Amino acid sequence: MAQKTYAGVTVDVNEEGYFTNPSQWTKEIAVEIAKEEGIILTGQHFAIMEFLRNRFNGGEALSIRSINHSGVIDVKTFYQLFSGAPLKKATKIAGIPKPASCV
Amino acid sequence: MEQKFPIKKVSLICAKGSIEDVYATLILGNGAVMEGLEANLFFTFFGMDAITKNRMDKLHTGVVGNPALRLPGGMRMPTLLGIIPGMEAFTSWMMKGQMEKLDIPPVSEFLDLITAGGGKIYACKTAVDMFKLKKEDLSDHVSRILTVGEFYELAGGEGSQIIFT
Repeated sequence: MAQKTYAGVTVDVNEEGYFTNPSQWTKEIAVEIAKEEGIILTGQHFAIMEFLRNRFNGGEALSIRSINHSGVIDVKTFYQLFSGAPLKKATKIAGIPKPASCV
Repeated sequence: MEQKFPIKKVSLICAKGSIEDVYATLILGNGAVMEGLEANLFFTFFGMDAITKNRMDKLHTGVVGNPALRLPGGMRMPTLLGIIPGMEAFTSWMMKGQMEKLDIPPVSEFLDLITAGGGKIYACKTAVDMFKLKKEDLSDHVSRILTVGEFYELAGGEGSQIIFT
C-alpha cells in the first residue's frame, strides 16, 4: 500500500491516489490534494465534499444523479467546481474511494 | 492507467427506441462526460423517441422476438406470453424500476445530467423529416438538427470514436 504526505500528515492511498482510510482525511489535507488537481477549494467545494463523505459513510452509492438531489449544488455547478472528471476528482479530494458506479 | 492514445471524444449514434437501446447510448454518453471526454449523442430513426418530449419517458422494451428476455426466476419468457396485452408495459415498468434502484434516471433527467456536463444532443435531419417532427417537439436539450455530413464533421479529431449502439 502506498503512502503520501499532505500538510505534514502521512496517509494511506491506493495506486491511483485515493484514500484507503477515509478517517485520515482533514480539510487541510483536502486543500493540498486539490492543489495537485489544480483546484482552489471554496466553501461550495467543501459543502459538496461533506455530502459525498456523509453518503459514503452511510454506505450509499455515489452517482452523478445524487449530486442533483443533494440540495447542496446542481450538477452543472459540480462540473464547474471539479472540471474534467468531477466525481473522480471530488472523491479523491474528499478522501473517499473512487466510485465504482457507471452512472 | 496512462494510455498512449487516450479517447478524447465519443460520438454515439442511437437508431432504436427501446429502453435498452436508448439507455446504452445515454449511459455511455453520460459516462464519457463524467470522465471529462467530449460527448456527442446523435439520435436517428426510432431513437428519435428518446429526444421527443412526449415520448422520451414512456419508452418500452420489446417482449416479442427477444430471446434474452427472462421471467423473474430465470426462465426464458415464452414468445407467446409476449402477446398478452399489458405484458410489454409491465416488463418495461419492471426494467425502469430496476434501473431506478441503481440510480439510473428517467430519460429526460438523464439528458439534463449529460448536457449539464457539456455533452451535446443532436437530432438527425432525415428522421425529423421522415417522422414529420418539428424542433419544438424535441427536447430543449437538442442543440441542432444535423445532416450526416455535419455529424461526421463534428465527430472528427484526434482521439475520436464513433460508436453505434
